[in-house]
Amino acid sequence: MASSLQIAGINKRYGKADKSVEVLKRIDIHVEPGEFLILVGPSGCGKSTLLNIIAGLDEPTEGEIRIGGRNVVGMPPRDRDIAMVFQSYALYPTLSVADNIGFALEMRKMPKAERQARIAEVAAMLQIEHLLDRRPSQLSGGQRQRVAMGRALARQPQLFLFDEPLSNLDAKLRVEMRAEIKRLHQSSGITSVYVTHDQVEAMTLGSRIAVMKGGVVQQLGSPDEIYNRPANTYVATFIGSPTMNLVRGRQTGQQFEMLGLSVPLAGPASPQDVLLGVRPEHLRFDDASPWRGEVSVVEPTGPDTYVVVDTPAGTLTLRTGAQTRVQPGDRVGITVDAVHAHWFDAASEARLS
Amino acid sequence: MKNSFENWLPRLVVAPAFVLGFAFIYGLMVWNGVLSLSASRMLPNYEWVGLAQYEKLWEMDRWWVALKNLAIFGGGYVLGSLAIGVVLAVLLDQKIRAEGALRTIYLYPMALSFIVTGTAWKWLLNPDQGLEKLVQGWGFPNFQFDWLVNTDRAIYCVVIAGIWQSAGFAMALFLAGLRGVDDSIIKAAQVDGASLPRIYWRIVLPALRPVFFSTLMVLSHLAIKSFDLVMALTAGGPGYATDVPATFMYTMSFSRGQIGLGAASATMMLATVAALVVPYLYSELRSKPHER
Amino acid sequence: MSAKPSLTATRVLVYTVLAVAALFFLLPLYAMLVTSFKTAEEIRAGHLLSLPAGLNWDSWSTAWSSACTGVDCNGLRPFFWNSVSMAVPAVLISTLWGSLNGYVLSLWKFRGSDTLFGLLLFGVFMPFQVVLLPMSQVLGWLGISSSIGGLVLVHCLAGLAGTTLFFRNYYSAIPGELVNAARIDGAGFWQIFWRIVLPLSTPIVMVTLIWQFTNIWNDFLFGVIFSGTDSKPITVGLNNLANTSSSVKAYNVDMAAAVIAGLPTMAIYVLAGKFFVRGLTAGAVKG
Repeated sequence: MASSLQIAGINKRYGKADKSVEVLKRIDIHVEPGEFLILVGPSGCGKSTLLNIIAGLDEPTEGEIRIGGRNVVGMPPRDRDIAMVFQSYALYPTLSVADNIGFALEMRKMPKAERQARIAEVAAMLQIEHLLDRRPSQLSGGQRQRVAMGRALARQPQLFLFDEPLSNLDAKLRVEMRAEIKRLHQSSGITSVYVTHDQVEAMTLGSRIAVMKGGVVQQLGSPDEIYNRPANTYVATFIGSPTMNLVRGRQTGQQFEMLGLSVPLAGPASPQDVLLGVRPEHLRFDDASPWRGEVSVVEPTGPDTYVVVDTPAGTLTLRTGAQTRVQPGDRVGITVDAVHAHWFDAASEARLS
Repeated sequence: MKNSFENWLPRLVVAPAFVLGFAFIYGLMVWNGVLSLSASRMLPNYEWVGLAQYEKLWEMDRWWVALKNLAIFGGGYVLGSLAIGVVLAVLLDQKIRAEGALRTIYLYPMALSFIVTGTAWKWLLNPDQGLEKLVQGWGFPNFQFDWLVNTDRAIYCVVIAGIWQSAGFAMALFLAGLRGVDDSIIKAAQVDGASLPRIYWRIVLPALRPVFFSTLMVLSHLAIKSFDLVMALTAGGPGYATDVPATFMYTMSFSRGQIGLGAASATMMLATVAALVVPYLYSELRSKPHER
Repeated sequence: MSAKPSLTATRVLVYTVLAVAALFFLLPLYAMLVTSFKTAEEIRAGHLLSLPAGLNWDSWSTAWSSACTGVDCNGLRPFFWNSVSMAVPAVLISTLWGSLNGYVLSLWKFRGSDTLFGLLLFGVFMPFQVVLLPMSQVLGWLGISSSIGGLVLVHCLAGLAGTTLFFRNYYSAIPGELVNAARIDGAGFWQIFWRIVLPLSTPIVMVTLIWQFTNIWNDFLFGVIFSGTDSKPITVGLNNLANTSSSVKAYNVDMAAAVIAGLPTMAIYVLAGKFFVRGLTAGAVKG
């Protein structure tokens, strides 16, 4: 049942000639059958527009969308054999849960008996059998989301599309539903494209992530690649919380010269300024290090503690264990291992190695 | 890009509305304009006479009487309805026990035809048998109320009947607006030590400016269109003392066989309404954010 | 405005003013009813507010079936039925038409649809005097001048802008995602209208039906100009009845006739008042 999805050269422009706004610029992504692709980025980056184009709710200015090999651009949504789960669930308010789930099947003129069997099957999968006769207004947020997913599952489509489905749920429910979605994807194996602005969802759910900004895919890769080898500072700071620390300076190859001090740290030599990127968990306290500063804030979170240190080269955030003894006002030294250092060109913001 | 059936069906469905609607509104409007520039009398006669009908119009005493009446009636009706409406709304906002019943009582006249209202008030203000006789019976033998047949005063009868019909409408709009005012602002003012009348005057009523303007707009537009009420109450009389542009237009076009003149008067009415409404509509449509 | 208000001098004043206002609004109705039940003698002898000796229904039957309305003396009955045969189709057609237009203009917008709608909106405000003369010509050409059909047509055209406005504003509150979900599920334009949008429309349909009925039943302008001998609506009948200069004025009959004419819209107002109010406030506040 799983199909591949090819997003080829998609452009989307609004307006004419010199007053046009380019919302999507040459998007090329290939999704293998059964893969779970995440489109993540801030508001306005174009991810929802791209999803709508895949769905057929919007048309690209240029490019092709190939589902299972055939180009669907120009085809109305109903002919594309896709299902979509919306942020606001978009359940039909005057229909019962059962009718909501079966609506698409009804539109395709599936015989009633078959339809009801399918609805029952899906309801069992999502554990909502007891809700089948209720109206959407009588359901909680989490229940509504399940019904929305049930509606999509009932279709057995070639492609699943998710448009920020968890954004309207409270934190605890979000964690539960995330696991639910992952489980459903594993059992159904249907190719999925999932849009979110939440980087935690992106990292936990996706088999591959496309980080988007300004209508361009900044990086496309597995969660591991995105996290450990970010292609530019935008991806580096977007993924990971607290955000990666960035320090500006000069790298000779052996020595990193920052504002006010210089530390022995190997990296790619460059005549221009570079940015050193270090994730909070990779910074360590080291009394012997020449890189010193004063602790300004200590934030215990339970399992970890975030320590904010003001140094002459900039303010850094460290993540350390819960049992740390550091206090605000302490003078400390910090260091990082070369293997955990990321290097970016300061001007282009692109990765250097 | 989309050439699908789905794209054309919506346009097809609204097409009759736009075609017929625009023909009705703008097409006929233009045609009326043409008639007003023609020599039509009993029947349409498309001989071009330029602005002759308009000249004739503005030379007629009757037209000036109609305009004067419009000003008096319009002013009285709009201001009276607004004032009473605001007062009633403010009072009703004070957690009144019988609020529902009172609202129903104030608003029911709007459900009636202006003809019914006019007929009723014609009896109420009957010079011998109506109000005059009632008050005389209460011990005021010298009370006189023959306004209805008094050339100078008759128009005020129309004002009274009009206010009776529409004050409840103004009240309903203002009450809805008052209910929309954020309670916390009022509470903050009370904590600051302001008395209730003060709060209303300085804070709440100014916040209702949009409601005020839209009510003003609707009432003015109703005033300009007033035809039924005048016809039923006074039929434009005595003589043509209570004529308004709407009745003037009717009489000229359909009784006096002066179609060109009638069309000219209609155009003048249109111009007045447009001057009022177009800027209002334009600003409303501009400021609204367009969803989707 | 938080604690329950106590009985102070201000409250007494407030209630007094409200009561006086209530009297102002109710007395005319009272006077009408009271007059309609009096005999001519009682009218002469008494005054506006005096009660009749008993409930004399003579004026009522006269008003309904034998009062003179110009040349004919058949009472209001024929006019009543004219109004019914005019109002019912006109209300139903204009409401349905408005809902279709509102549906498209809110959920299936296309380039220029908002501008076109804005232009149509002027129809809510324009003085109808400006279409009277040309319209009589048009009705003549169509062969339906002086007929109920002609009146129905005019009312549908005149009500088009208003009903479209009501539905369009109401449907604008339906989230676009709902329509998108339905499209992805395979529903087309009509299916979405039937299965999803219409079931949600009960409140606005009520408001529009009542609003249109009230306006159409109460209309006089179109009624007096576009009707013929056999198609005059009740407002015209009433006006003729109350203004005939034949013989002595029978105020009791006039009043009975006025009440009869106003009864349908009053009844709807009393029974379904909240929809009426919603129509008023929806139409007036914002475009």
